[in-house]
Amino acid sequence: MGVEVVVEGLSKSFGKQTIWRDVSLTLPPGEISVLLGPSGTGKSVFLKSLVGLLKPEHGRIVITGTDIVRCSEHRLYDVRKLFGVLFQDGALFGSMDLFDNIAFPLREHTKKGEAEIRRIVLEKMEMVGLIGAEKKLPGEISGGMRKRAGLARALVLDPEIILFDEPDSGLDPVRVAYLNQLIVDLNAQIDATFLIVTHDIGTARTVPDNIGMLFRRELVMFGPREVLLTSTEPVVEQFLMGRREGPIGMSEEKDAGQAAAELAALRAGGSSGTLGGPKGGGGTGIVPQLEPTAGLPIRRAVERRRDRVMQILHTLPATAQDAIINSLTREEQAHYGVFASAGVTQVQPPVQTSTANQAPTPAPSPTPRPTPYPRTANLPQSEWQPQSGALNSDDAPAAAVPEPGRKRGWLRRGGEK
Amino acid sequence: MTAPTTNFPGAGALRETGRLFALGLDTTRMVFRRPFQVREFIQQCWFIASVTILPTALVSIPFGAVIALQLGSLTRQIGAQSFTGAASVLAIIQQASPIVTALLIAGAGGSAICADLGSRKIRDEIDAMEVLGVSPIQRLVVPRVLASMLISLLLNGMVSVVGVLGGYFFNVILQGGTPGAYLASFSALAQLPDLWISEIKAVIFGFLAGIVAAYRGLNPGSGPKGVGDAVNQSVVITFLLLFFVNFVLTTIYLQLVPAKGM
Repeated sequence: MGVEVVVEGLSKSFGKQTIWRDVSLTLPPGEISVLLGPSGTGKSVFLKSLVGLLKPEHGRIVITGTDIVRCSEHRLYDVRKLFGVLFQDGALFGSMDLFDNIAFPLREHTKKGEAEIRRIVLEKMEMVGLIGAEKKLPGEISGGMRKRAGLARALVLDPEIILFDEPDSGLDPVRVAYLNQLIVDLNAQIDATFLIVTHDIGTARTVPDNIGMLFRRELVMFGPREVLLTSTEPVVEQFLMGRREGPIGMSEEKDAGQAAAELAALRAGGSSGTLGGPKGGGGTGIVPQLEPTAGLPIRRAVERRRDRVMQILHTLPATAQDAIINSLTREEQAHYGVFASAGVTQVQPPVQTSTANQAPTPAPSPTPRPTPYPRTANLPQSEWQPQSGALNSDDAPAAAVPEPGRKRGWLRRGGEK
Repeated sequence: MTAPTTNFPGAGALRETGRLFALGLDTTRMVFRRPFQVREFIQQCWFIASVTILPTALVSIPFGAVIALQLGSLTRQIGAQSFTGAASVLAIIQQASPIVTALLIAGAGGSAICADLGSRKIRDEIDAMEVLGVSPIQRLVVPRVLASMLISLLLNGMVSVVGVLGGYFFNVILQGGTPGAYLASFSALAQLPDLWISEIKAVIFGFLAGIVAAYRGLNPGSGPKGVGDAVNQSVVITFLLLFFVNFVLTTIYLQLVPAKGM
């Protein structure tokens, strides 16, 4: 099981410019978390702080009992061995071919023989689909391959915590989908703690167990995915919809008056929809989480997370509570003593073992969730039906948007200026 | 590292200087950390040598010639032609040779080191290395600094020889000096400690050039332009430092080692 990362009251500034302040969150062990935020809100800075590359001015980051903000350099190097980090462009060593790049951590930190190293490296390369490219130099391959090679290198030491810095940037949607699936599969296989920093909504909606969002130099929220996905916080809604109306402006922030006026216009004139189209497919409501590929072990994190979330259920907003309860099967609802669209009546202590309890429920999906269509969109009754799977349901709300309403909203906003 | 930052005029410059010294100390400490990066060291030696040997030789010939010509006409004026060889050897070995070496190490080797480290830094390679639990100082900076010291030492020997030969050629062939007198006077003024200080200077200059290049390379501005600026600054800073340190070393040497009596 992965390692827990506790961040308390973290603040970072460069000179007079505050990047973010008082960020507190806990990455639950073994779960996948996503940190969202508009460009330039210091997501990458947060990631670099987590691995001790940057030193925040205040606060603590505690990993296996060590505060890495204030520990010695020597201790920091020890803690870093728990990490695997995928940098934005892979950060491969330009002078080495892919094989040597991926073998680098093994050669530095282990006393394994060359045959053993070769076996491990080839295994990881197969995992990310890079077999046959061992002798290529990083300059000779595409951005997607560099990313996957960077991921393979981050994996060779079997890290307990894996950090992804914008795994989707510079990749086409299909490769992003593959990479997302790879992330979920990896989590099922190695059960490490994952943190993905991204501004891709599609990733945020389908991959993580927990979502956080940075905006205006603060952590707007962090919690189970249902909390953020059902949130009515204007920033969160705007971001998840990928629309222009809301507090986020072109240069990070809008003035409050304009944002309020836009939101009012939006309510009056119906949804503006996705003018310009959201990157990664925005939308409201909860879509099912990606499941590991058939044949892989189930994600143990799912069960742990369910127990954890059910314990804190009463602290969550009502909409999130409903969404969580609705996502449980009948037996699970009975197990936790909760019922759909009712409050919490009783919360049982967490279950100790995962696999033993898991056996009766149908594999590989431990939580067959009800279909999201009724929640996400009321599709007009027509012959067109979503073909299959979660991806289409992303597009459904956009398709349902009435065209004239969108135009009206847009024109009105233009007239106000 | 998390100390509150106070601001007064010049604080920035002091901070940078402090960090430069810190890197110098770290590097010195890490030299003794096993495993030593032999491969990287040899590669760097080869690389620095290959970019500096030819320019150094080409610079040292006219340098030796200028000194020889200048001294040749000067000694003729005061009627001391027989000491031309002695003075020119002294000037070349003690001053010209370490300086020429250092300028080329800084200009050719240092700028290449700085550009290399800088581009690695902006590609996140350095960060990635740190996250993988490998110290970039031990892994990258130490071999480079040691290589620049070694090559500096060796180049210094080469510059001395080429410079003296150039001086001989211009003095004897062009100015009609007597070969015998030129050679015989070699040891009239020069002494063995002159050679030592020359080599010591070269090693120290090599160290400075390596450290400054590494420091600027590891802390470039943002983006490719930042790396370009860093390379430029590293060369300028190294030049300034070298001439100042040369002045200090020469002063100390002249105080400590008495000139040879005639």
